[in-house]
Amino acid sequence: MTKLPPWVDIVVIPLISLLLALIVSGLVIVYIGENPFEAISIMVNGAVGSAYGWGYTLYYATNFIFTGLAVAVAYQARLFNIGGEGQAAIGGLGVALVCLALPWPHWTIALVAATIGGAVFGAAWAAIPAYLQAKRGSHIVITTIMFNFIASALMVYLLVNVLKKPGSMSPETARFPEGAFLPNAYDMFWWLGFSRSAPLNITFFVAILCCVLVYLLIWRTRLGYEIRAFGQSESAAVYAGINPVRITMITMLISGGLAGLMGINAVMGEAERLVTDPVQGAGFVGIAVALMGRNHPVGVFLAGLLFGMLYQGGGELEFEIPAVSREMILVIQALVILFTGALDNMVRMPFEALFSRLRKAEG
Amino acid sequence: MDLATILAILDATMRSATPLLFACLAGLFSERAGIFDIGLEGKLLISAFFSASIAATTGSVWIGLLAGIASSLVMSGIHGVASITFRGNQLISGVALNFLASGITVVVGESWFGLGGRTPQLEGAARFQPIELPFTGALSGVPVIGPVYAELISGHTILVYLGILAVAMTWWTLYRTRFGLRLRAVGENPESVDTAGVSVLRLRYTAIVITGVLCGLGGAYLSTGLAAGFVKEMSAGRGFIALAALIFAKWRPWYALMACLLFGFLEAVGNRFQNIEFLGINVPTQFMQALPYILTVVILAGFVGKAIPPRAGGQPYVKER
Repeated sequence: MTKLPPWVDIVVIPLISLLLALIVSGLVIVYIGENPFEAISIMVNGAVGSAYGWGYTLYYATNFIFTGLAVAVAYQARLFNIGGEGQAAIGGLGVALVCLALPWPHWTIALVAATIGGAVFGAAWAAIPAYLQAKRGSHIVITTIMFNFIASALMVYLLVNVLKKPGSMSPETARFPEGAFLPNAYDMFWWLGFSRSAPLNITFFVAILCCVLVYLLIWRTRLGYEIRAFGQSESAAVYAGINPVRITMITMLISGGLAGLMGINAVMGEAERLVTDPVQGAGFVGIAVALMGRNHPVGVFLAGLLFGMLYQGGGELEFEIPAVSREMILVIQALVILFTGALDNMVRMPFEALFSRLRKAEG
Repeated sequence: MDLATILAILDATMRSATPLLFACLAGLFSERAGIFDIGLEGKLLISAFFSASIAATTGSVWIGLLAGIASSLVMSGIHGVASITFRGNQLISGVALNFLASGITVVVGESWFGLGGRTPQLEGAARFQPIELPFTGALSGVPVIGPVYAELISGHTILVYLGILAVAMTWWTLYRTRFGLRLRAVGENPESVDTAGVSVLRLRYTAIVITGVLCGLGGAYLSTGLAAGFVKEMSAGRGFIALAALIFAKWRPWYALMACLLFGFLEAVGNRFQNIEFLGINVPTQFMQALPYILTVVILAGFVGKAIPPRAGGQPYVKER
């Protein structure tokens, strides 16, 4: 196997995969009888062509950065955490409980407390699959899938029977106290033209901070080194005195905690109340984001932006061309996961052949 | 609880268990051959869509069924190319295919019918109709046996009976044919199969084709037997319950039938009663919905008999060079 130069691995191959995904998506739009180029220009324009669009794009991106980091951290230890959806929902529950617990005097204090609440609840939801993987060898993919469904049933139960605002018809909590309202894009950057209703809020900066912290953790600390070593080769890691149970547990707790932090953006920042499904599929988008971003925080950030654009642009697309339904986003997302993840070798193999031939010609 | 209620619940159990059963057996073939398939859900969904839409346009449920199977086979094919030929990650491929099915069924459905992702209501020959087994009339006077025969055994669509038959055929194929032996071997130790001169790739592709056909049948039953048309996301996690049932059954056909009946029973009970009193405790319906998943986690944890998957599951096969 030929080792590819880093720029091919990190830049060229993901871009070609993305291009292939877009071409196939374009063919689907052609099949429906619409113009794919018009569609793409509507999407790009709707996502980044106005301050209004940015207010949504960056809001979605914040969600995806959290869930993407969750998948990426777990993947460093070669654990495939597919349970971001459930962990984020339970994280949202933690955030809501914190916000409703006290009449918060100021949003800064509430934000710190809610961050802890979301992370602890998200981590707790990842703890059982992690323990079962570490101690009993139960496949973490299957257990985290099961925990997604258990989480969604639990959320419905709690909101219908326990947390529902008295007298309300819909299963949702009361609105959070005013001291727990986070400043949104309009409050902070009104001079950039954000609308009052922009869902983008200060959590975006928390997400950026998390990217930095994950980078430092994975590549600049002893624990991060152990996580990566464990991921590369479990037997070698054990031989070096790394405890596999400890690493599995810690990695999954961090991963679940990151997914849980999505709650501060979606529950505290945007909805300001808890609803039955605060995650809306963002947990699964995290898989695509981590794949595109090659499990690196910088990559996750960029891929999160890309998927934020896709979600916001896709919404505009349905608005402008009603024949293309919003679910087109899912098709594009599926194709991106397929080409960048499962069919990676299809794009990679020709490059490997090319570079090995080049090297032979040189030497 | 009287006999009529019990029979109604058991009857509903049979109907709820059938799509689970097809998907579960589909997963069984795939995983026994060493290919993880978390895309069962997507295959059920896409087949449900194409069965219902082609049945609606042609008026024939049989042509619809073929279209459903074909669409499920296409998904299987993509999974095969990604995970066998290009040795990609099987879990990621499954995740992608589930999204693809969720998206494409609504996008295409909206474009074809413009009903918000639904297909038109299916009637008459565009749906599978219940089959009245012989002697239903003759036995109707007999107490207990008569109603049991009429409600529980007779009066299902052909796919329900086919599902039971598929269990027997799966068992026979797996344990009584040369192909079955090789299939089991390729999921445990592909090198040995390769050494014996049998193509690992061909065996795995064959398994994936069977998976596609079975999921196609399950999906078609959802939209043309159980319901009368396609609604978006109508598979509603059944592919994952089937996966749970497969683990619960420890990858064995007859146990798969039992597991699917159990999970079908839970669904039937959950649908019929909003709240269930059990030993004086009020059991919420959400608990019933979550129970299959909870039971599977308990089984996976190995506290009640350990579930050990086929050994080579999830690993692409690289021939020695």
